[in-house]
Amino acid sequence: MSNNLLKGIAAAAGISIGTAYLYEKQIEVVEDEFVDNVDEAIEAFEKSIKKSKKELNKIFNLAVDKMGEQRAGIFEAQVMILDDPILMGNIKKRIIEEKRSPEFIVDAEISKYQELLSLSKESYMKERKHDIEDIKNRIIRNLKKKKWHSQIESDVIVVTNNITPADTVLFSKVRVKGYITNVGGLTSHAAIVARSLNIPAVLGIHDATIKIKNGDTVIVDGLHGEIIISPTEEQLEYYREKCKRLEEFDTELAKLTDKPAVTLDGRKIILRANLDIVEELEYIIRNGAEGTGLVRTEQIFNLEDEFPDEERQYQTYIDLAEKLYPHIVIVRVFDIGGDKVFPVDVKEPNPFLGWRGIRFLLDNENLFKTQIRALLRASAHKNIKIMMPMITSLQEIRKSKEIIECCKEELRNENKEFDSNINIGIMIEVPSAAVMAEEFAEEVDFISIGTNDLIQYLLAVDRGNEIVSSLYQEFHPAVIRTLYKIIHSSKLGEAKVSICGEMAADILATPLLVGMGLDSMSVSAATIPHIKKIIRSINYEEAKKLTKECLTYKTEKEVSNRLQEYFKENFVDELENVF
Amino acid sequence: MIEKEVVIINNAGLHTRPAATIVKIAAKYKCEFFIHKDGMHINGKSIIGVMTLAAEKGSKLKLSFDGIDQEEACEAIVKYFEKGFDEL
Repeated sequence: MSNNLLKGIAAAAGISIGTAYLYEKQIEVVEDEFVDNVDEAIEAFEKSIKKSKKELNKIFNLAVDKMGEQRAGIFEAQVMILDDPILMGNIKKRIIEEKRSPEFIVDAEISKYQELLSLSKESYMKERKHDIEDIKNRIIRNLKKKKWHSQIESDVIVVTNNITPADTVLFSKVRVKGYITNVGGLTSHAAIVARSLNIPAVLGIHDATIKIKNGDTVIVDGLHGEIIISPTEEQLEYYREKCKRLEEFDTELAKLTDKPAVTLDGRKIILRANLDIVEELEYIIRNGAEGTGLVRTEQIFNLEDEFPDEERQYQTYIDLAEKLYPHIVIVRVFDIGGDKVFPVDVKEPNPFLGWRGIRFLLDNENLFKTQIRALLRASAHKNIKIMMPMITSLQEIRKSKEIIECCKEELRNENKEFDSNINIGIMIEVPSAAVMAEEFAEEVDFISIGTNDLIQYLLAVDRGNEIVSSLYQEFHPAVIRTLYKIIHSSKLGEAKVSICGEMAADILATPLLVGMGLDSMSVSAATIPHIKKIIRSINYEEAKKLTKECLTYKTEKEVSNRLQEYFKENFVDELENVF
Repeated sequence: MIEKEVVIINNAGLHTRPAATIVKIAAKYKCEFFIHKDGMHINGKSIIGVMTLAAEKGSKLKLSFDGIDQEEACEAIVKYFEKGFDEL
């Protein structure tokens, strides 16, 4: 191994050679700079206040019932601070008079009050100091965010500690050639986004931001999880050659675009795409997806600012439905919480076991109804299906269906068109739902297995925690037995069954999943041609035997060894080209 | 200009919620409104200012009002203090 090579987690396949851009967030550092254009500075300040207000109002509206009166009061006071005529007046006056950066003035002005509070002997005043600190940091953060945006250059390889959903929004607006992070695993937000945008990514290189300097040439090998810093001429040559071979392989795969995903003995699997950002749509169509199996609505809208209204949602959904017609568009309602986009201010000790998915929506019925109404209206072409996340009980299914019926009634009264037989489905991603799969299947039209969360909850492993992430195993016998049970039960309950989640995109798992009898699979657009190629070279009867065999194994090792063996026997081509 | 002395009588003192209410009441009037305590002069229409006042139970504050509707403003604010911020 060369000494300029670092190993991390292979998060999104592909090879990129480019210039490193170190993206470091130093929001705590406020620099005393002079500004040339005072009008621009004032405008930036006003924008940051507006954005902060939006953020706070959203949190306030959603979480007020859950926060308790005292915390709600603090939020209200924070919103009032943003409207404080004296404070705002002083800040603007100083920006104009002193021609200094807004963040410096904001920091100086608000810190004055904090210092006054420090003089107080009362202990509860210290708490108040934190509240004021919060609002100050929020304004400064929003001032800086704008700055970052204009600073990121195109065509760079982003090197950063971690990528948050907010960063992604930022990055999606500029062309990024690759991602390298210090922390983050296979199923982290960073990995999902990199895959959906088809950008090579290597994550979890602990000291990437220390070892790589701004402007260094780096190679990202997203398939092997390797990065090379300041490569030698020899290394560059090797990787350029490899890029070329990959391109040729992609061209080969592209020939499959219009062909169906059907096994050698004629079993058809519907291959759909996951969609995280609207920009992916063209790519999804080009790669031959038969619609979408999972639209992550919490990703496609920038929920950091505010929840989109019915009209905006409708426009987005109808656009998807029309562009993908006659294919099916399965849309998952907002899955907020856990590691997903959420107002950072509602802190839960254990978010994965907390207020997320359908729980959040049922507690915020207006928000839920707005989305359902938008989806129903967009279903007029009869190609939209609605999917609910994080279902753990029959009650949640029934309550959700009730709300959907209620929305239908409203639309009928308003003479608005929609698909009255719209299909309703659920995600099975919690062990309780897996156990109850048959009964749940009887209530819904389709079931989609979300493997990321299911594996995490089943094995009690936090996929984002590097210390234990090696225990997150797709081929753990408990996982494959549970998958089999869900698929079998769904069929008994007469629901169509599909799988979305990273496991569906693992080509090693494809023969096993096909053998289990899935009707469809949903993967990132980039993976579709690969999975299709595998499906087209599988014999369904053989795959069923393989599955049966795997279900008898007692260890992860036995399962993965058997699958690797099967792979070597059947897909030599794939191994040589891709690996 | 009119001035008036008030005492904080509720147990929790001038915490965030009453601070917000005071500012909201003050905003309804055109006159200037200041709160004076321990040599500090805080603009009563500034929430961040009023929040900064460390006024526990028993604290004495001086309020001053100056402007066209000073009488009405004074009456409304003083009444709110006398009610112990609706926390008695």
